[in-house]
Amino acid sequence: METTSPVERLLRGIAITLVCLFFMFPIVWIVLMSFQTNETILRVPPSVIFVPTLENYTALITGKLETQAGTLDIDFMGNLWNSLFLSTTSVAIGLILGVPAAYAFARLKFRGSEDIAFTLLSFRFAPPLLVLLPLTIYFQQLGLANTYGGLIWVYQLIVLPLILWIVRGYFEDIPADIEYAYRIAGHDFWSTFRRIALPLAGPGIAAAGLLSFIFAWNNFVFALVLASADKQPVTVGALAFVTASGIQYGQVAAGIVLSIAPTFALALYAQRYLVEGLSLGAVKG
Amino acid sequence: MTIQLSLKSVDKFYGPIGKGVHAVKAIDMQVPKGDIIALLGSSGCGKTSTLRMIAGFEAVSRGTIELAGKQVQTLPPVRRNVAMAFEGYSLYPTVTVRDNIAFALKASRLAEAEVARRVGHVADMLEITDILDRFPFSISGGQQQRASLARALVRDADLHLLDEPMGQLEPQLRTLLRGRIKHYIKERGLTAILVTHDQTEANALADRIAVMEGGVLQQYGSPAEIKERPANLFTGTFVGEPPMNVFAATASVSGGTLTFDLTGGLDLRYAESAFDPRVRKMVLDRKQVMIGVRPYAVHRAEQGAAARVVANQWLGDQSHIAASFAGKTIVLVEHDRAHLTEGEPIKVEIKPQDLHIFDPASGLALSHGNELAA
Repeated sequence: METTSPVERLLRGIAITLVCLFFMFPIVWIVLMSFQTNETILRVPPSVIFVPTLENYTALITGKLETQAGTLDIDFMGNLWNSLFLSTTSVAIGLILGVPAAYAFARLKFRGSEDIAFTLLSFRFAPPLLVLLPLTIYFQQLGLANTYGGLIWVYQLIVLPLILWIVRGYFEDIPADIEYAYRIAGHDFWSTFRRIALPLAGPGIAAAGLLSFIFAWNNFVFALVLASADKQPVTVGALAFVTASGIQYGQVAAGIVLSIAPTFALALYAQRYLVEGLSLGAVKG
Repeated sequence: MTIQLSLKSVDKFYGPIGKGVHAVKAIDMQVPKGDIIALLGSSGCGKTSTLRMIAGFEAVSRGTIELAGKQVQTLPPVRRNVAMAFEGYSLYPTVTVRDNIAFALKASRLAEAEVARRVGHVADMLEITDILDRFPFSISGGQQQRASLARALVRDADLHLLDEPMGQLEPQLRTLLRGRIKHYIKERGLTAILVTHDQTEANALADRIAVMEGGVLQQYGSPAEIKERPANLFTGTFVGEPPMNVFAATASVSGGTLTFDLTGGLDLRYAESAFDPRVRKMVLDRKQVMIGVRPYAVHRAEQGAAARVVANQWLGDQSHIAASFAGKTIVLVEHDRAHLTEGEPIKVEIKPQDLHIFDPASGLALSHGNELAA
């Protein structure tokens, strides 16, 4: 063990605290805001001392937004459900399509494999707005505009390349001989894929799933253009808080807290799978 | 003698046939049931490619492979009934060593007690009983290698393929296990192909050795055959430690003396009658030949060709003496400690029956001692 002097430990503690403060401050501030009314939020100078209120949350959950101009109906919970449904379904479809494809790109050498993989990755370079306009026209003609199906399809642009490239790397890291050893012991290609390749790439698949879920969840433009109110996810739905009588900061903050919660919970849950993946490295050699 | 495995003009191209890298060139080989065969060669000679084609991990570009009476070259690995120990071990990281070894047995629905008995037996033989309940990542390379070997040997397969099965083991353990593994394979009547670049291992384990180089099967024969009757210059110089001494020579005869004039102004003289007439005729017909002689067959003598010591190494049980001879270096081995210092002149003698004669152009063997090569 390395010995550290008290001074070093102290400095290290200070540095860690600073970093934590820097990164945590916006989130902490938003959580605080979500328990305040617009008046306490906007007072000058700002203060962390206030009487907490749950009215922002009740407004969001009941869907009744009280403003000076009157009561406004918002469908925040509907948006939250849309986000959850769109992201989960997109990631699920992305995994079903992407994981076998990633395996194929990692293991099988076929003509044009690199080109296809690169083309899929290139979806990530193109600014979404570039494809949105033509896509909107096509979608309207095909009747896909403002449908869950259409949105999930477009979300594959975000989800699929991520899953494909992350999982491919994990498959490439598994020595092919482990799979051969399994196949030669009397198992066919499919059971080898299911019983050896998938579990060994599990942490990678979890990471890719988590990351693509976050990307899908945070998507804004696609849903803004291609979906109307009843299909909108939270990212777009949050625009409703910008009302004629001003911006409802408290509700925005509460909305943010609620919309962060699912991804946050998922990340916490998936974390241990991500860490598990590190021990796999010890197998090789 | 039934033939368990038969390769017929097997080719391997990486890339398009005829254009890609030609890794294995028209190999023909028959392996009798119950034999241990060693594929011996340096890195990149095609031995692992051959093994992987037999296992079914690499497609056979041309030719046929017949195993236990049926053509298998197009079958997937699962249907070939072959067991393999991998060079990189390739243990399943998620299960214990015991389960790794038992894996295929369990899949074949063998009774649990029988599985346990077999695993115990093979683990005992390979000295890995104490690590059976550990996971692959927590054991050393040598232990992983033995676990991988156990996983292959425990199975009842038509053919056992062992890719460098003992490369990671300590020398003492290697010597011990060599004997045990051979006994185990023979006792069960298994047929095994072993890939190695260690000729001691090949000699000790194999009934027959297949020497490969540049994708070509150079020679296929018993260890003794390969040592005594190398088919060409490559096998002659590749197999044998230290390697065979080789010199270019011009043969001539005068007054009952057959002379090999070595480049460098030295000659070896023999009574014409010391050679079989057919060998003598062949040598004199060709005139330009390559002569090879094993270091063990070079002796110091009172009368002989002059050489000068350049190095003298005592290896603990034998001396390797290198001497400058005919413009090159000749190596001789003596079983006692030789008291020679650098620069000391010596005389060496090579008996006619120890001469291997090769064709300088093709490298093919022409004669071994007093016999013409087939």
